[in-house]
Amino acid sequence: MNTGASTFTQGVDMAFIVILSISVLFLVGITTAMIWFVIKYNRKRNPKPKDVKDNTRLEVIWTVIPTLLVLVMFYFGWIGYTPMRNVPNGALEVKATGRMWSWQFDYQNGKQSNILVVPLGKPVKLELYSPDVLHSLYIPAFRIKEDVVPGLSNYMWFQAEREGEFDILCAEYCGVQHSYMLSKVKVVPEEDFLEWFNTKEVVADTLESLGLQILKKNGCVACHSQDGSKIVGPTFKGLFGSQRKVTDSQGNEKTITADESYIERSIYDPNSEIVEGYSKNLMVSYKEQITPDEIKEIVNYLKSLNEKK
Amino acid sequence: MTNTLKHTDFYDNEGKPAWKAWLTTTDHKRIGLLYFYSLTVFFLVGVLLGLMMRFELISPGKDLVEAQTYNGLFTLHGVIMIFLFVIPGIPAVFGNLTLPLLLGARDVAFPKLNLLSWYLYIGGAVLALSTLLVGDGPPDTGWTFYAPYSVKTGTNVSMAVLAAFILGFSSILTGLNFLTTIHRMRCHGMTWFRMPLFAWALYATSWIQLLATPVVGITLLMIVVERWLGIGLFDPVLGGDPVLYQHLFWIYSHPAVYIMILPGMGVISEIIPTFSRRRIFGYKAIAYASLAIAFIGYFVWGHHMFTSGMSGPARIIFSILTFLVAIPSAIKVFNWLATMYNGSIDHKPPMLYALGFIFLFLVGGLSGLVVGALATDVHLHDTYFVVGHFHYVMFGGTGFAFFAALHYWFPKIFGKMYNLKHATRAFWLLFTGFNILYFPMLVVGIMGMPRRYYDYLPQFQVPNVISTIGSWITTAGLIYMIVVIVKGIRHGEKASSNPWNGLTLDWQTDSPPTKENFDAIPTVTERPYEYK
Repeated sequence: MNTGASTFTQGVDMAFIVILSISVLFLVGITTAMIWFVIKYNRKRNPKPKDVKDNTRLEVIWTVIPTLLVLVMFYFGWIGYTPMRNVPNGALEVKATGRMWSWQFDYQNGKQSNILVVPLGKPVKLELYSPDVLHSLYIPAFRIKEDVVPGLSNYMWFQAEREGEFDILCAEYCGVQHSYMLSKVKVVPEEDFLEWFNTKEVVADTLESLGLQILKKNGCVACHSQDGSKIVGPTFKGLFGSQRKVTDSQGNEKTITADESYIERSIYDPNSEIVEGYSKNLMVSYKEQITPDEIKEIVNYLKSLNEKK
Repeated sequence: MTNTLKHTDFYDNEGKPAWKAWLTTTDHKRIGLLYFYSLTVFFLVGVLLGLMMRFELISPGKDLVEAQTYNGLFTLHGVIMIFLFVIPGIPAVFGNLTLPLLLGARDVAFPKLNLLSWYLYIGGAVLALSTLLVGDGPPDTGWTFYAPYSVKTGTNVSMAVLAAFILGFSSILTGLNFLTTIHRMRCHGMTWFRMPLFAWALYATSWIQLLATPVVGITLLMIVVERWLGIGLFDPVLGGDPVLYQHLFWIYSHPAVYIMILPGMGVISEIIPTFSRRRIFGYKAIAYASLAIAFIGYFVWGHHMFTSGMSGPARIIFSILTFLVAIPSAIKVFNWLATMYNGSIDHKPPMLYALGFIFLFLVGGLSGLVVGALATDVHLHDTYFVVGHFHYVMFGGTGFAFFAALHYWFPKIFGKMYNLKHATRAFWLLFTGFNILYFPMLVVGIMGMPRRYYDYLPQFQVPNVISTIGSWITTAGLIYMIVVIVKGIRHGEKASSNPWNGLTLDWQTDSPPTKENFDAIPTVTERPYEYK
């Protein structure tokens, strides 16, 4: 169960053990008493019941004792939780974006990654951001989870105490690919982290065109396939230059050609024209994320998809 | 039904065609039965959807359906089980069947309104189920309809939400009806503290139905307004606030949890003294505990939102209030146990289901403490631990209480008796299957598997396989129980009017009761359950 993987595990596991112990005690005690009564006071053995009068003192006792016990449980829950909301000064800040259906981590020096690389033993603060719907960033090994709420600046922090890779899962239901919205947190010694952190990304990866890299970086491929299969948005295959049946914001249906300006409109103002068979409002504008130059690269990539056949 | 009793019982159609006599009836017992049969149908649909979900989860990857279908399955499973079975559940069926009998009344206060409630229920139910067949596919939001996803998705959310809205009215009217009945129609001598505890539980429940349901009604309508008119209420793209939706939703839906469980506790409070031949221990404590649960239950909704970006102090206050609401439930359990002490216990099927209820409710309640504490909730929120927890409470608690009530009042309602030996065996099969089905969910949740997952990481497979096998055993138990009940209704031996030697008024009239319940309105001179 990765006890000790982060500084929170001790407090959380302690609260869990306290509550579990008290609960098991009650469950076993009450169940045993119940079975014992059923046997001992069985009608065959005990055909005549004995009257037992109400007892106020007993009622008070079994009100007060559980009250004290739940307050103990509350206390352990509280002290295990308080550190989760108090970020120490000097924490490494990372912007964590959860979107349908991928995670993206932006470091302050412009470094960007799909897995969360963090230094061992250093506090890391995640600024949570969602452009679309609710998500929840969950790292079971670290015992933390916080919702990623669109329109709200929420945060979480942790300090990893063990090297290795740990699962990141989306815990708030977010649509068809919810269970595939996974990533990893990779905990490395600080030197290794700094080396990674300060290395500029190798941009000229010869196998993938720049346009595809931009699409992947922005999570576009989670909803738009490259092979013609239908996900939530239309596929990229055969898209450029095709005739599209769309509904505009006034509700008029029309057929248009997917040219450069159509691609740009679809990225900057995606809800103005909805392709037949797809839903409105699922996609948000990427005006802040994708530059006009990048759109040119995307168009080049889309054209190249047509040439491949 | 041919009957040669000296009075005609309430099954007599009085010369009308059967369909007309039933569909226009204002008799609380008939309306109770209408609810009983319709709830059973929807419950079985819900079971079938649940079985399909469990089958899909038997191994990672696709086993039975696509991801989109699976998301529709768990949404409809939730909507059907919550809104069509568990919420109406015990009050609509057994409240209607027995409340006037327990109070010594001839019917509820507003018999026609009572029939209207049933029609609203059927209307809402038909609308909810038709989302399967019309529009752009069944809703895929989960039964909570969380915004902004519920505003954005292209599936048939509006219709499902309108169905829940209509069902809400059915619930409000039933609450209003029972409140008035309990206030105004108790028989001579039945003071508040001479009321059977099931009536007390229904009383507390009815207040929640009446006061909390309108909140969810308007909240769900707001979703429709946002979807159809684009008015920004919950979607930040339109200027709304998604956390506001969660507050509004849980302001109803947490008290609704007590709508679901309180009547169940009331049933158990009837069965335990009857089958122990003992005066119930702590009558007043149990009655007040019902009211306390209903009251405190209004102030704990925030515990569904410990990780949703609510302020720190709010999380702490909601956590402590959540722990306090556990106390009245604990008091009830202790009193039930004390009632068995020195009793003369007969473990016939109704009692077995009641004892099964206590055990499963304990597991559900105690696992609730784990998610009531802040530190542990952060880890377990939205995981399978929560799914396991609320199935222990809702199915192990309310469901088993429903079955307990069915086996308890069966001879009263049908005038016959089911086969006790087979009913006992069905109980054990169901009880065993239940634990194999839901206990692994608690475990896999602690391991970190989030809920509403179509697919999962390989390390989560073993508990999932066990759980799926449990779902087959549970279903076998349910089928066994249904066969026993159906055989009992059709060919059961004639039951006496009071086979369990109950002391409450429901047992002091014929089985099945006559149309007007009592020849003369009875007079009550002491508390219920005064076994001496």
